[in-house]
Amino acid sequence: MLDVRLLTQPFNPGAFIGPFTNAHPGLGGVCTFVGEVRGGGGVEALELSHYEPLTLPGMQALAETASSRFGLMGMLMLHRVGKMYPGEPIVCVSAAAVHRRAAIEAVDFAMDHLKSNSWFWKRELRAGNWHWIEPRDQDHADLRRWG
Amino acid sequence: MAKLVFLGRLADLAGRAEAEFGFSAPLDWLDVVQWLTDCFSEALGDAVRDPKVRVALNGVILTDRKGLELHNHDELAFLPPVSGG
Repeated sequence: MLDVRLLTQPFNPGAFIGPFTNAHPGLGGVCTFVGEVRGGGGVEALELSHYEPLTLPGMQALAETASSRFGLMGMLMLHRVGKMYPGEPIVCVSAAAVHRRAAIEAVDFAMDHLKSNSWFWKRELRAGNWHWIEPRDQDHADLRRWG
Repeated sequence: MAKLVFLGRLADLAGRAEAEFGFSAPLDWLDVVQWLTDCFSEALGDAVRDPKVRVALNGVILTDRKGLELHNHDELAFLPPVSGG
């Protein structure tokens, strides 16, 4: 089962992970990553914008690629858009598989592609001013790990 | 009328996230850049010419923007490089 969503409101990852896990009886392992808005550095808020015709279809395609590449039983992929604050979840990726390594690697793969290759634009509010976040070399290096 | 959509920092440059405009004959890429330059700013016209800015017509990324043919009711989006982590 692939469950891919864009969320406009704060969410509780556990409320999604529990049902996702229960939907895959017989699984051998579930791996979950939850990313939160980092505090520190004077960041007061983060805002994510997206482009409706591309962002969700791109996430869906990524989940399908991860699922077939790692032979998953299922993948949960949730991403926030809009304005959020330090400590709030921004992304949650969970993979269910027969064996642990597939689940762990699928989540790592999905996160690298979500961060570097998905249609999101981020800006941070610091000292009352918005600053766009630019791509980093590290993001591209992360992607190259997967060939 | 066609709809233009500006993402990320391009929305700041345009001063808005979307714009609509009408025209009588289909426009090509140079027409669109000229319209952005005249109606918004030279900075916006220059910014969309950057090859790192991707262009999507009706939700499909153009592989060759020079081949663009924009008609009424189309949606053209300008997508700067996405933010990393």
